[in-house]
Formats: sequence, structure tokens, C-alpha cells
Amino acid sequence: MMRERHINMIILALLVLVPTYAHFAEEPFTITLATRAVIFALAGVGLNLALGQGGLVSFGHAAYFGMGGYAMGILASHAQNYEPIMEVPFLIEGTNSMPVIWLVAIVMSALLALLIGALSLRTTGVYFIMVTLAFGQMFYYFTISWPAYGGEDGLSIYVRNQFPGMNTLDPIQFFSICFVLLCAVLFLVNRLNKSPFGLALNGAHQNEERALTVGINVYRVRLVAFVISGAITGLAGALFADLNRFVSPTMFSWQISGEIMIFIILGGVARLFGPVAGAALYIMLEHFLGGLSEYWFIYLGAILLFVVLFAKGGIIGKLSRKEISHDG
Amino acid sequence: MTTLLLIEQVLNGLQFGVMLFLMAAGLTLIFGVMGLINLAHGSLYMIGAFAAAAVAGWTGNFFLALVASLIAAAIIGALIELTVIRRLYDRDHLEQVLATFALILIFSEATRWVFGSFPLFLNIPDVLNGTVTLPGGIQYSLYRLTIILIGLAVAAGLFLLISKTRVGMRIRAGENDREMIAALGVDISVLYTMVFALGAALAGLSGALVGAIQSVEVGMGEPVLILAFVVIVIGGIGSIKGALAGAILVGLTDTLGRTMLPVIFGTFMEPSAATTVGSALASMLIYILMAGVLLYKPTGLFGST
Repeated sequence: MMRERHINMIILALLVLVPTYAHFAEEPFTITLATRAVIFALAGVGLNLALGQGGLVSFGHAAYFGMGGYAMGILASHAQNYEPIMEVPFLIEGTNSMPVIWLVAIVMSALLALLIGALSLRTTGVYFIMVTLAFGQMFYYFTISWPAYGGEDGLSIYVRNQFPGMNTLDPIQFFSICFVLLCAVLFLVNRLNKSPFGLALNGAHQNEERALTVGINVYRVRLVAFVISGAITGLAGALFADLNRFVSPTMFSWQISGEIMIFIILGGVARLFGPVAGAALYIMLEHFLGGLSEYWFIYLGAILLFVVLFAKGGIIGKLSRKEISHDG
Repeated sequence: MTTLLLIEQVLNGLQFGVMLFLMAAGLTLIFGVMGLINLAHGSLYMIGAFAAAAVAGWTGNFFLALVASLIAAAIIGALIELTVIRRLYDRDHLEQVLATFALILIFSEATRWVFGSFPLFLNIPDVLNGTVTLPGGIQYSLYRLTIILIGLAVAAGLFLLISKTRVGMRIRAGENDREMIAALGVDISVLYTMVFALGAALAGLSGALVGAIQSVEVGMGEPVLILAFVVIVIGGIGSIKGALAGAILVGLTDTLGRTMLPVIFGTFMEPSAATTVGSALASMLIYILMAGVLLYKPTGLFGST
């Protein structure tokens, strides 16, 4: 039996040690796997804020993941072709600078989350799940039928974007960038969860009527949480597109929304490190089961079914033997 | 655009709508009675289509294939209800979503394993091939017309089943107060299995009927599942009447949007741009319709409070 905080530290240490070892053993593929895990973890941390803390079961977070991806794809493709994005009324040019791309990805996915959240939060429960799923699917079909940025075939970016002072094409350096971003977001989300805002959000999740009675504007608190959640997932989308140097409508597909949810449930709902543990486990399963059988999704499905039916609290819940997170 | 073409598109929209109704009816019934959100409903649609394609391949008989789709989907539906779904009734929606998502993964991969990745084809039977001349001189595909008639017949049957029969009375009672009807001596778990199998059979039938127009392949169910969600959000969850209205509305909006929007944009834009903008907008039209309904009435057109 271990304290949850110790488990979290072990997870972080493993996430650093494995790619560092791989770097010295010259196994760049392992570093790429770890980078994928870190990026998926970031997307999961984003969704966990809405889903775990807020109880808002969004089945459409692929919309923000894809939005972040396309923000990167569109900016970088214009920089690659030396074509400005628009000239009137003022000039906007493409860019291949990562910090600018991240900012655009965050702002665009936050705006999208504001729009979708404002509509979807008028509903609750099962309606909310279906409505967010449907809006996510809307962008999937839109990107398929809009030919300007590759349509169904997607968009290839030939060179990874630049970060000042680093060689982003070196796997370990790109991993470090993603890892530092994940740690920064984890720190911010932890602060947010303990702030009055986070307590109000959690309170509205546990008992909406009481939250309303003590004067919390539940709709607004949830909307803000939803927007922050979408923005974090959008940042993850931009990093994911940079990892693959490719964006396509698949990033908007409902399977991505489902996978981000799987990270959370595998790791443990409403635990700060739940999505991190879940994403790492998912990548390991994908790698090892995928190597064993072409039909590894059957095993993934069976494991997921088992976790949902019999193992409440995910891996961290099993390891710390507590069904509910009590970290202080 | 000629009136004849417009009428043909309206009929196509109607055909799409009644197919969506067969999917949405099962979903809304399962949600209404058991309070369960079932993502695996799309897999049952796929199972129906594959069962029909396999039986049509062995026997060459389309009507046996339709019966097979109903039976296969109902049996698989009853099996997953007994083994998995029944453990989920008391769980929250998140767990229901994830467990049924896991079922999708299992069913899709298992189907790929058994039938391979290549699409199968289900031929329209000779009796239903060709066109009929409708009043007013409209030529229309006999098969699509049959689908519309089957869909409307199923809708009528479902209304009669629910409003006139003893089973229907129990289903309605189950929606209102499940503890009470269990206390009155109705075996609620048998009722649940029946409702689930009924919904599954409708999804399987729908998959088989559409399978003859499109190809039968792994992953065919989920796009339809999401459209069925749009339908029941528009119609109001738990309402069969809402599912029918929502399905027809979505079917017509989607089909007419795809043909009309490029034409409408063509009146004030150059043709190639009009096609691009029109078809991109048409792909989003039903979701915009859903957003509109949510603004006007968040519980759907026929939803209770």
C-alpha cells in the first residue's frame, strides 16, 4: 500500500528514465513512444479537468485535439510554402515557431470549446455526452469535405517546427519540450483544483443544488472549466501533429475522443496523475499487444471492460487501495 | 433544379430518415426503459449487415438474409445484455459509455478477424431491382421505396406494441417506475433483456437493409450511431414519437442539404467555389440543426421537461 503522491513521483520518474535510457542505448523509437505517451497524457489531463473534476462527460474532446493539430498544420504549411494566410484587411503569415503555434492552438481550441461548451452545457447527463460527440463529429466531416488543407488525405509538414535554442528533430530534445509542458500543465491544474474555482467546480459536480444554493454560478464555472480543458487538449493536439509532422481528419474522429477517455479511466478518474498513468499504460499495451497480435483491440477492449466492471479507481486506485482520491 | 429531381431527393431523404429511425428507436427505448447509453448499438447494426451478407452468400436468398440479420442481432443483443449490459444499469453514464465503447472495440476486431478487412457486398434481390413509376411520372428505385415502406411499417408496429399490448404496457410502466412494477410481480430482468434484444434486432435489420445499398464493412455502424444520437437529441430521449420526427427531419435535412446547398450557393458564387462551400456546409447542416433545437428546447422536441 502506497501513498498516491509517491505513486505519482514514481510515474514521473519512469517517464524520464525510460527515454533517457533509450537515448543512451540509441533506441529512438522508444523515445518516440514515450513522447506519444506524454502528449496523450497532456490531452488526458485536459479532459480530466472537465470529466474528473467537473463531472462533464465530454465525448467530443477530439474536436480540440484536432483543432490544435490543424492550427499547427495550417500555420506550418503556409510557412513551408511561403504563402501568407491572408493579406486583407491585414497581413497574417504562417510560422514555424513552436511557441507561436502553441499560443494559436490554445486560443483557437479555447474559442471552439467556448462555443461548443456554451451550447452543450445547456444539457446535462446523457444528452451532454451525445451532443459533445455530435459536435466533435461535425468537425470531422467538415475537415474531410474542405479541400483547402488536404481534405481527407491530410496535410504533411516536412520539417518539425522550431523552438528557440533547441534542435527539435532530435527525439530526446523534442521529448524534453513535451515533458516540461506536461509538468507545467500538471502544476497549473493542481493549483487550479485546489483554488476556490476548483473547489466550486468539484462542489457543483458532487451536488449541483447545494452549489447553486450557496451562490455559485454553476453554468459559468463549468463553462470556464470546459474552456480550459479544451485549451489543454488543443495544446496536446499541436504537439501530436508536430510529433507526426502530419495532420489529418483522423485527429477529429470519435475514436480519439474515446481513447482520451480510456487514458483517464485506465489511470483513475479525477486523479491528477490518472491520465498520465493511463496514457503510459495505453502506449505500452499498444506496443506489446500490437506486437503479439494484429487484432490487439480485442484485448484492449477486454481489459477496458474488466477495468470498468471490476476495478473502480483505475491503476492508481488499485495501487493506493483507495477508490477515491484523497491527496492533500 | 427540376421538381422531379427534388421529389426524388425528398424520397431519398425519407428513406435515410426511416433507416435512422430503426437505429434511434432501439437506442431511445433502451435509454428510456433502462437508463442506459449504449454505444455498442452501432456494432449490432454491423452484425446485422454481416449476418445478412453471409446468409445471402450461402443461400442466395435475400429474405432469408433479412431474417438472419434480425435473429443474429437479437441473439447477440440478448447475450451482451445478460453478460455485460445488465451490470451497467446502476452505474453512471461514464462507465456505461466506456464499457460499451470496449464492446465496440471487441466486436469490430472480432468481425475483422472472422470476415477480413475487405467490404462484403449484399445484392438487391431481382424482385426489388429496378424502378417503379410513381403517380406524376416519377421514376424511383423500387428497393428504396420498399425500405421506406418497411420502416414505416416497423414504426407503426412499434407504436401498436407499446400503446396496445401487455408487453408495451410493462415497458411504459418500466420507464415510469421500475421498482414499482418489480414489486407488482413483473420479472423486470426478463423485460430488460427483451427490450434490449428488440432494439438490437431493429438495429440489425437496419444494417442489413442499408447494407444492400452501401458496402458491408467493419466500422459501418459508428457513423450511423452518431447520427442516431443526433436524432434522439433532436427528438427528445426516451420518446419513440420524437425518434420518428427527429429521424425524418435529419434524413431530409441531410439529403436535401447535400443537393440543394451547392445549387443555392451557385446562384451568387462561381460554380467550383459554390460546390466546395456548399458541400462543406452541407456536411455540418444536421449538427447546426441540432444546435438550433438545443437553443430552442434543450430537452428535444418531444422530450419531457
